[in-house]
Amino acid sequence: MGLESLLKQDGYFTTKVDALVAWARKSSVWPMPMGISCCAIEMMAVGDPKYDIARFGSEVMRFTPRQCDLMIVAGTVTYKMAPVVKKIYDQMPEPKWVIAMGACTASGGIYRTYSVVQGIDQFLPVDCYLAGCPPRPDNLLNALIMIQDKIGRTKAADFKNVKSPELELTSRN
Amino acid sequence: MLETYIPVFIVLFFAVVIAIGITFSSTILGPQRPNKEKLSTYESGMKPVGNTKERISIKYYLVAMLFIIFDIEVIFIYPWAVQFKKLFAEFGASVFVSMLIFLIVFELGYLYAFKKGGFKWD
Repeated sequence: MGLESLLKQDGYFTTKVDALVAWARKSSVWPMPMGISCCAIEMMAVGDPKYDIARFGSEVMRFTPRQCDLMIVAGTVTYKMAPVVKKIYDQMPEPKWVIAMGACTASGGIYRTYSVVQGIDQFLPVDCYLAGCPPRPDNLLNALIMIQDKIGRTKAADFKNVKSPELELTSRN
Repeated sequence: MLETYIPVFIVLFFAVVIAIGITFSSTILGPQRPNKEKLSTYESGMKPVGNTKERISIKYYLVAMLFIIFDIEVIFIYPWAVQFKKLFAEFGASVFVSMLIFLIVFELGYLYAFKKGGFKWD
């Protein structure tokens, strides 16, 4: 890692558990690609060699919420889709983060209509809003770096085993 | 003799320990916040419909059995066809005739299945 050059002789480094856990956590953020509409195309572009999300350890797009840390909601969330997004978010294990990608996801965007949720923060805790319609892939990388900074500030003790409130099963399809 | 394999055993030991360790360490170290919704079946966010223990129609049994007939036939024909020129030079036409008899026996089974209605789907 280049750290050994700092050592003038043989030796060892010491660190805090919090720092180590946060470093491990932020270097392997596995996204859940919630690609709902056109922003998903830009999200796919982030995975290609030009933008290469693998540089940040997030190339493993998991198509099951069980293995994900970060939900990238990319696209217009309609009221019909909202329960689905909510259910998948609820099925992700803690700790978890959310990026609201694009104008539609963040605020409803140009769709100021009866059918579109005016911002997913109405039903999800959003960590990072991402401007653009659609945002450029490097903007998504910027959001990922912001999420990584946020993860880097967490402590290992922040995520304890707690009995979370019993959620009602989403019955609507 | 066995001493030379000690590095292999060390590698195997670490492979097993690391594999088991990583699998269970996330369960032990990671936060556990289960609830009903989280433990529910993942079906792309939708409510799961139907039974996962779907039964497959018994008709596939006939298809599978008929497949075995042609499968065995091909298994025997391939090496015969590859070596045909060599065998023909050595044994003459009997090589061809014996394979023909073999095929006729198989075709009898095929005709039997056909007559019994094995190819009818309903």
